Amino acid sequence: MQDLLYFCQQLINGLTIGSTYALIAIGYTMVYGIIGMINFAHGEIYMIGAYTALIAITGLATLGIAWLPLVLLVALICAVIVSSSMGWAVERVAYRPVRGRHRLIPLISAIGMSIFLQNYVHLSQGSRNIGFPALIDGGFQLGGDESFQLSISWIQITIFVTTFICMSALSVFISRSRIGRACRAVSQDLGMANLLGIDTNRIISATFVIGAALAAVAGLLLGMYYGSVDPLFGFIAGLKAFTAAVLGGIGSIPGAMLGGLILGIAEAMTSGYLSGEYKDVISFSLLILILLFKPTGLLGKPEVEKI
Amino acid sequence: MLEVQNLSMRFGGLLAVDQVSLDVREHEIVSIIGPNGAGKTTVFNCMSGFYRPTGGKILLDGKEIQGKPDYRISRLGLVRTFQHVRLFNRMTVVENLMVAQHRHLNTNLLSGLVATPNYRAREQKALDRASYWLERVGLQELANRDAGNLAYGQQRRLEIARCMVTEPRLLMLDEPAAGLNPAETRELNQLIISLKEDYNVSVVLIEHDMSLVMDISDRINVISQGRPLATGTPEEVRNNDEVIKAYLGEA
Amino acid sequence: MVAQNFRHALFCALITLIIAWPIMGLKLTAVGTEITVVGASAFTWIAVALAAVIVFLFQLFRDKVMVGLGAVTILDRLADREPLPDEKRLRLENIGLVLLIAVALIWPFFVSRGAVDLATLVLIYIMLALGLNVVVGLAGLLDLGYVAFYAVGAYTFALLSNYWGASFWMALPIGALLAALFGLVLGFPVLRLRGDYLAIVTLGFGEIIRILLNNWTSVTGGPNGIGGIPDPTLFGMEFGRRVKEEGNTSFHETFGIAYSSEHKVIFLYLIALVLAIFTAFVIRRLMRMPVGRSWEALREDEIAARSLGLSRTGVKLSAFTIGAFFAGFAGTVFASKQGFISPESFVFLESAIILAIVVLGGMGSQLGVILAAIAVTILPELAREFSEYRMLIFGAAMVLMMVWRPQGLLPMRRRHIKLKAGG
Repeated sequence: MQDLLYFCQQLINGLTIGSTYALIAIGYTMVYGIIGMINFAHGEIYMIGAYTALIAITGLATLGIAWLPLVLLVALICAVIVSSSMGWAVERVAYRPVRGRHRLIPLISAIGMSIFLQNYVHLSQGSRNIGFPALIDGGFQLGGDESFQLSISWIQITIFVTTFICMSALSVFISRSRIGRACRAVSQDLGMANLLGIDTNRIISATFVIGAALAAVAGLLLGMYYGSVDPLFGFIAGLKAFTAAVLGGIGSIPGAMLGGLILGIAEAMTSGYLSGEYKDVISFSLLILILLFKPTGLLGKPEVEKI
Repeated sequence: MLEVQNLSMRFGGLLAVDQVSLDVREHEIVSIIGPNGAGKTTVFNCMSGFYRPTGGKILLDGKEIQGKPDYRISRLGLVRTFQHVRLFNRMTVVENLMVAQHRHLNTNLLSGLVATPNYRAREQKALDRASYWLERVGLQELANRDAGNLAYGQQRRLEIARCMVTEPRLLMLDEPAAGLNPAETRELNQLIISLKEDYNVSVVLIEHDMSLVMDISDRINVISQGRPLATGTPEEVRNNDEVIKAYLGEA
Repeated sequence: MVAQNFRHALFCALITLIIAWPIMGLKLTAVGTEITVVGASAFTWIAVALAAVIVFLFQLFRDKVMVGLGAVTILDRLADREPLPDEKRLRLENIGLVLLIAVALIWPFFVSRGAVDLATLVLIYIMLALGLNVVVGLAGLLDLGYVAFYAVGAYTFALLSNYWGASFWMALPIGALLAALFGLVLGFPVLRLRGDYLAIVTLGFGEIIRILLNNWTSVTGGPNGIGGIPDPTLFGMEFGRRVKEEGNTSFHETFGIAYSSEHKVIFLYLIALVLAIFTAFVIRRLMRMPVGRSWEALREDEIAARSLGLSRTGVKLSAFTIGAFFAGFAGTVFASKQGFISPESFVFLESAIILAIVVLGGMGSQLGVILAAIAVTILPELAREFSEYRMLIFGAAMVLMMVWRPQGLLPMRRRHIKLKAGG
């Protein structure tokens, strides 16, 4: 009984982390689906989202505003605006000029961007990690006995609900809106979409902005969940999210969700049953195994080599 | 020498090639023609090992080679060109030809590092062969130019030269005349015939330019929508009702 | 058109403000247990405003500015210079090379200890960058975990000396070969992957190795690292004040000169110099050999290379393994120079720095890579007050290089081969 409860606890923790990975993974998968490059700086955009949210929260607290819904809303809006702008700017500065060149070139440009942004925050905000206030604390017990309690915290519930809302909104947006349809057209065939009068540059920008906005949401949520941020915060999370995207099948939005959840659970189980130190090893190994044995991921389309 | 029996290739739900058969004898030019999207290049991709066919056999001297990795098939002497020229663009013209001859070279790292006589002799021989073929296709003046900077027709010729330095038995040319002007096409015509006559190479040709195909082919295979339609000498194919209906009539 | 340009420029300026103002202008500061937001100095505010204005003006007059930039062709003239005739070039190159090596051999005896130490570090980076140049520049495989092989070399020496008392000269080949073996084993499964996936997977491998080093405390000492790594010896002569290993003699006593701690530093520098020259020479030869040509062929067009009978895995693996080999070399020298190593020296950032060197110098170009290694290592030392901006500048430089000059500052020049007249 206790073992089962422990297992369920790890499952809940895994799903929490996994759903935020999924949010970040969307950015990777959409960008990859459209222009076929790995946006290496995406993790940094998520990190900047977390920092902005923290700045907004702290700023409001200094002003004496403490009504929780307002604080969260303002933090969310600030994070989304700053991260989206960042996503837009990054695409304009580092990716658009090199689009269509040899495939290593955009990738190296992206790595440069990632290093730049990391140090941009490092220099402006210092390298130490900064405590993130647990705005939503507490939780409730689901059961158990004296020795082990299965619990779920409000922040975990917030993460589930927010992720669910974001994902649903994204799905509706992609399938119904004009920009969403154009996105799908561009990801099918960029050149053709261009000929049909779709402003592909605009659509690509939109993709970066959407991905960055979701990453900012994840930044706020994970900031609260982990309780601190630092400039390197985005690097590992970005890699994890990328793993999630590949796991689910890069280019596929449902795949990103599935991949995120699987990865989150795998990590939580490693932390719960082995050691927290090795959870990164597990996710990297998972990434390597997936790429070796099923490079198209779980929900991705097989690719025929064009000759 | 090469025999393709009932070759089929399926991509998901699409049967791109369906029961195509083909045989090439020594010292022969065989063409594959057919409307766009008929599956000609797919046949090539199967023959050269880029795709693993989903059905049928490919026999070289009676031994099955289908499904072997591409580089092994090439080492058996089946070498191809591509519909869209594929050169090593940022390498020089000579280097393109040297790369192709790696099997004739001494690739032992140590002998290369200390430049043993054997290594140097083989390197020199490869250079001579490259030089010979450059002259043969009229590119010797451009030997040290980056391949990517050549004019289109020159790139086409370089690609053929690059195949020939490997001393192949069978050369597969995928639309070699595409994008060439009439004068260049005539030159190409001469070159292909000479490859057969003077260098004892068999040629399989995919081509849209009907005059080229009719002029130089010993036999022609017509495919339409992945299926074999007719096969025979140029004369026979020209007079085949089905071919006229399905292919020439349409064009 | 003008109105549209104006709106776009205004939008860009606004975005600049949004991305610069909160992060740069509002600094999170801990006061006791609380954190507060503190406005940055007036200087920062002005800088942010200025940046927005500059972006605005640039976007407004974008076309004119770009034309102006296009006129700056000095660098291009340097790069596109006509190659000299072969014989003349060879002679010039040889003279230059001999002079360079002579200077490199003599100068450490006339400068400070710190300068020699720095020069050794430069040489280590040159070895690393030349090795990575094979993988990235020639074979076109983006390896983001290159530092892992460097770590293998360093840890091999550290562990061998700690557990079996191995000397530098024993560890050097073992470290390099072991690194190469790692390259071979890790490379074999992953080299089938497409370029961008390969980048991520190698990055993952690099991190896995670092995490293992950090956590396998019983063997590697974990985050505390391994110390007491011996200095190299010269034919059994030690450079310390006292002889540590039995059977060895001491350098200063053998030659009857006064003990000086500088001897050791200079000796290490000379070893690094010899190894770096060896690395450059071997890779230069490899580039002109069949294997080097097949690396480039695979980079240029994998499908064409395969159609000519090159085995994709074999060629990539050779590049990967040889790159790893030289990283192992550099790692052994590094361990010996530091005398102490810990996982902290082998983080992703280190891979990124080496990659930056290769990219800045010009992928494939040996001379470019060597110059870039010197610049990237020495410039931060010269401008110490800016050293914290080092990585920021690297990142920006990588982006700018890719946008404006992907071939690097000193692009690779192809060797011209003289064919026999008339074939």
